[in-house]
Amino acid sequence: MGFKSHCFKKSLWVFHFGGASCNNCDIEILDCLAPRHDLERFGILLVGSIRHADVLLVNGSINKRDRERLLELYNQAPKPILVVAIGACGCTGGIFAEGITFAGPVDKIIPVDAYVPGCPPKPEAIIAGIVKLVNKN
Amino acid sequence: MGRKVLIPIGPYHPLQEEPELFKLYCDGEIVRDVKWETGYNHRGIEKLSESKTYEQVFFLVERICGICSTSHPFAFANAVEEIAGIEPTNRAKYIRSIIGELERIHSHLLWLGLAGHFLGYNTVFMWAWKYREPILDLFEMITGNRNSYAMFRVGGVRRDIEESKISAIEKVLDEFRRKNDLLTGAVMDDPVIHARTKGVGVLTRQDIIDYCAVGPTARASGVATDVRKDDPYAAYPLVDWQVVTAEEGDVFAKTKVRLLEMNESVSIIRQCLKGLLKEKEGDIMVKVNEIPEGIGQGRAEAPRGEVFHFVVSDGSNSPARHKIRAPSYVNIATFKKSCIGQTISDATITLAAVDPCYCCTERLAVAYDFSTGEKIMNAKSLMDISVAKTAEIMKIQGKKHE
Repeated sequence: MGFKSHCFKKSLWVFHFGGASCNNCDIEILDCLAPRHDLERFGILLVGSIRHADVLLVNGSINKRDRERLLELYNQAPKPILVVAIGACGCTGGIFAEGITFAGPVDKIIPVDAYVPGCPPKPEAIIAGIVKLVNKN
Repeated sequence: MGRKVLIPIGPYHPLQEEPELFKLYCDGEIVRDVKWETGYNHRGIEKLSESKTYEQVFFLVERICGICSTSHPFAFANAVEEIAGIEPTNRAKYIRSIIGELERIHSHLLWLGLAGHFLGYNTVFMWAWKYREPILDLFEMITGNRNSYAMFRVGGVRRDIEESKISAIEKVLDEFRRKNDLLTGAVMDDPVIHARTKGVGVLTRQDIIDYCAVGPTARASGVATDVRKDDPYAAYPLVDWQVVTAEEGDVFAKTKVRLLEMNESVSIIRQCLKGLLKEKEGDIMVKVNEIPEGIGQGRAEAPRGEVFHFVVSDGSNSPARHKIRAPSYVNIATFKKSCIGQTISDATITLAAVDPCYCCTERLAVAYDFSTGEKIMNAKSLMDISVAKTAEIMKIQGKKHE
């Protein structure tokens, strides 16, 4: 068993970074914790500090103001950390990619381990993305 | 007064879903001043809109805000239809109103859940979000997506609600009505919620008028402003409903207004469904040839208040100017009245009580320095941004050529 798979063997704690988003992905991420999907039964928990997190969820297009803060958060995160780009904006910039404040999709700023496309992705898709990612490691 | 302590909330705080920064200046436990900083969410939508055709702009304005993703297309459709002088068919009007009201239900439930979460009452969060799911399922059945419905277009709607779906919708509504009564009873009778929300974050009638607040925030202080009644659009003049108001102006009154508004929404949807049966199926669109030159104003009542879209057309395929004003833009300013003098522990629920939505509110402002009279964000600095972008593109393309 490698070091990385050892790190992600137990409950995954998740930190959520909402960039310049329209809120839809943020809500679908919260929806994963609501009773229908109830991710907490797998030990997946949203935490308030990046220093406690195993997974960094990034959604929304990243504008110039967010870019520095996303980099700073990534540098503060304990490694190894899994980065998941959620939604069309997180993956490519989506409809906002041509905007004047757009500062590049997430993978141009920090390394991304998984992409969950959709506008917004359904909670099932988000869960499936994270499960695939965990199985890969 | 002692020294003020600055407590920052945000920009990426576990309390809030969206990035924004609040600065609470406190003297002991009491909040003496509040400032907020946005810009983390700016996407330049008004500018982007000028580069898209009228049909494409609907998909863009839908993504201004995911929670009120019908109200922006609604207001934009009203504005463009005013320019073109189009009157949608009755069936399209009913469908528009049904989607708008379903959205109000899901948005208010979402707010109720988050408010419960802010109070440390996670049971309310879980309940409200559980009851929200069947509404999202309805959206998926009608429009094919849980959020961002893509239902609107100039002159009508994209998809019809067939007769076979109506009974299923009514079934979900009946069930929801029962659950909402349960939820209303539970929230209204809870002594802890009373203690935490009554007399907290009070906005008087005069405050609302001074700050031009809109939506449930205004209605909870006794100002019966509602675009659906004041400037009727879509099917709202065709159905019978009441504007819900309360007098107290505190957080409890805002909760009450939202809970009772959901019942009104259910009643509106039921009447619209009855109206649908009378209209011819499939008659959902008026043919639009071209958008003439002109100026259009569109208003719609979002779950948070009045959404205003202003569109200037030069007769071409895309808007020449598109101005958006979202309800949170005015509602957020009431924090200056409602938060100051409260304790820090009450500040979170007071901030949340207006249901602020920062992704709607973001805009580029031109600031003047009063001492020198100079623009802080002037043409030169905008020019610099543009030059930097060109340089960046040239750099990327230069790499490609190598």
